[in-house]
Amino acid sequence: MSTTMDPAGAAPHLASAARTDAPPAIVLDKVNKWYGSMHVLRDVTLSVATGERVVVCGPSGSGKSTMIRCINRLEQHQEGRIIVDNMELTDDTRSLDAIRREVGMVFQSFNLFPHLTILENCTLAPIWVRHMPKKEADELAMHYLSRVKIPEQANKYPGQLSGGQQQRVAIARALCMKPKIMLFDEPTSALDPEMIKEVLDTMVGLAEDGMTMVCVTHEMGFARQVADRVVFMDRGEIVESGVPEQLFNDPKTDRLKTFLSQILRGH
Amino acid sequence: MAEITAEATAPRPAQDAELGHRRPPLLAVGPLAWAKANLFSSWISTAVTLALGYLLVRWTMGFIDWAFINAIWSVPVTPQGAQTQACRALGGTGACWAVVTEKHRFILFGTYPYEEHWRPAICVLLFIGLYIVSAMRRFWRPALALIWLATLAVIGVLMWGGMLGLSYVPQERWGGLVITLILATFGIALAFPLSILVALGRRSSMPAIKTLCVLYVELIRGVPLISLLFMASVMFPLFLPEGMNIDKLLRAQIAIILFAAAYLAEVVRAGLQALPRGQYEAADALGLTYWQKTGFIILPQALRLVIPPLVNTFIGFFKDTSLVLIIGIFDLLTAGKTAIVEPAWQGFGIEIYVTVGLIYFVFCFAMSRYSQGLEAELNRHRVR
Ligand SMILES: Nc1ncnc2c1ncn2[C@@H]1O[C@H](COP(=O)(O)OP(=O)(O)OP(=O)(O)O)[C@@H](O)[C@H]1O
Ligand SMILES: [Mg+2]
Repeated sequence: MSTTMDPAGAAPHLASAARTDAPPAIVLDKVNKWYGSMHVLRDVTLSVATGERVVVCGPSGSGKSTMIRCINRLEQHQEGRIIVDNMELTDDTRSLDAIRREVGMVFQSFNLFPHLTILENCTLAPIWVRHMPKKEADELAMHYLSRVKIPEQANKYPGQLSGGQQQRVAIARALCMKPKIMLFDEPTSALDPEMIKEVLDTMVGLAEDGMTMVCVTHEMGFARQVADRVVFMDRGEIVESGVPEQLFNDPKTDRLKTFLSQILRGH
Repeated sequence: MAEITAEATAPRPAQDAELGHRRPPLLAVGPLAWAKANLFSSWISTAVTLALGYLLVRWTMGFIDWAFINAIWSVPVTPQGAQTQACRALGGTGACWAVVTEKHRFILFGTYPYEEHWRPAICVLLFIGLYIVSAMRRFWRPALALIWLATLAVIGVLMWGGMLGLSYVPQERWGGLVITLILATFGIALAFPLSILVALGRRSSMPAIKTLCVLYVELIRGVPLISLLFMASVMFPLFLPEGMNIDKLLRAQIAIILFAAAYLAEVVRAGLQALPRGQYEAADALGLTYWQKTGFIILPQALRLVIPPLVNTFIGFFKDTSLVLIIGIFDLLTAGKTAIVEPAWQGFGIEIYVTVGLIYFVFCFAMSRYSQGLEAELNRHRVR
């Protein structure tokens, strides 16, 4: 565990699990995207090492969701290259399927399947995409549901769970695919304050296990504790990036200064 | 102190028991209160209640008189034909159910050879059995498709005959309720899957498929069913090579399937559109293929949402099959009309139509009730 204590007295920073020997997990190289004539990603270049934890922040509409969704091709970029797990994202559906198997995603609005039980939510993709026998998938799902601390809810429907519980199920559902990379798009923004902690704790647990993570969030405490690197986006560009301490305590650009002051005022 | 605390908490159960014995005043809840609030709340509402109540009683008594008390259930049949003088003497004050007694075999089976009526009768029972089995959720498994195929094959053999010692009965002689059930069952069973494909196609990202589906829906929806039936019966044979002849019933059946599918496709599409985008994205992000996503995530939710309009359309088509009378197919309603063409029975249309209407009603009402139960059951996950 790292010895540099957080000045605010929060939890100490986790030791970095980023591996410099392995090829990077995600590479974005001069990625550009437009919606109609609106330029939403401008020359975004970012490399995420295997085991690295990157937190993305920035004002609303700055393109954070768009960028993270390009990584598993929920959105298509129009210029530049995206390489995930050594596979370049192209129109070829086979490589797309292969990439989506390795990349888990957690959404702001949970997006659980309401007509399936919690257990079925978790086993559907392992059974049909990974061709896992049902019994094995059930055991795997129960393992991850225990990890997110809700094994007893396995036979309920999503609508019967609290928001925090639903988001933890969503995390378990993604983990059941044994992904190499996890993407989080504001996983706690739709939650009541008392439920945010339970979801963040789950994510810290994941980070401790060395999962490669890209996480859009405004939870600065989480960023300080977990992130190897924080990336600040504004108007479709990556404006600044660095270790959390440096970025938060010593912002270089005015845009980041403004953003940080707004965030702090909001808290 | 401890005593006081004990005192404060101890009497509670007793109090609750006491409270439990107190009933609200009779005029605040129960049927009397309901009647007071809903039927006699003001002098206008009292007047309307009394007037409607009077009419209701009058009509009910009148109907009972007509349908039961003054009714004639059978008339003597001589070699010259049925002797309906007794019925005519009623002058409309009583129902002449004798026409139904006399003609029910014709209404149910049309011109099918009389001594072979047991065959369509079994077919009707097979259809009803098929509906009941299909309605039960525990039979919702792939084997159900086999049950359908087997049952429909048996029905085909029974109706046509020409094998297994059954005499051959050409399709022109089929008629009555069986025809209605054949048209409705095949119509819905084939139109529904087709409509799902069309609805999915309309949302496809492939322009060719999308255009085709839009064209199909708009063209078919834009013309009345009657004109489609006419086209199927009159124009379609013109395009066929000399000597080739497709059965008239089959042509009508195809027209009905195409028509029903266009309407159902729009209902299904409404369901697809009502699903939040997040459901599609979550399925994509998990790596499900298009058909896995559609089959496991999208359709199960979309179809549940549109059960009421779907069943509404089903019921509409069950009754619309009666339009085939226009191209001379002998369905239930046509058989009923034909039954009273005979001079002895002319003028007893009401009895026939009430009977035919009742048969339609039984099927449609069953569909409606079943769908309500299904909706409640399938949407249980939405109840907290
Ligand atoms: N499907 C779309 N069609 C058109 N414009 C879009 C679409 N999705 C996003 N945009 C626009 O792209 C820009 C970037 O959106 P994005 O959702 O990536 O922002 P964000 O940084 O995630 O913001 P937030 O913090 O509010 O989630 C915004 O201006 C948004 O209006
Ligand atoms: Mg966003």
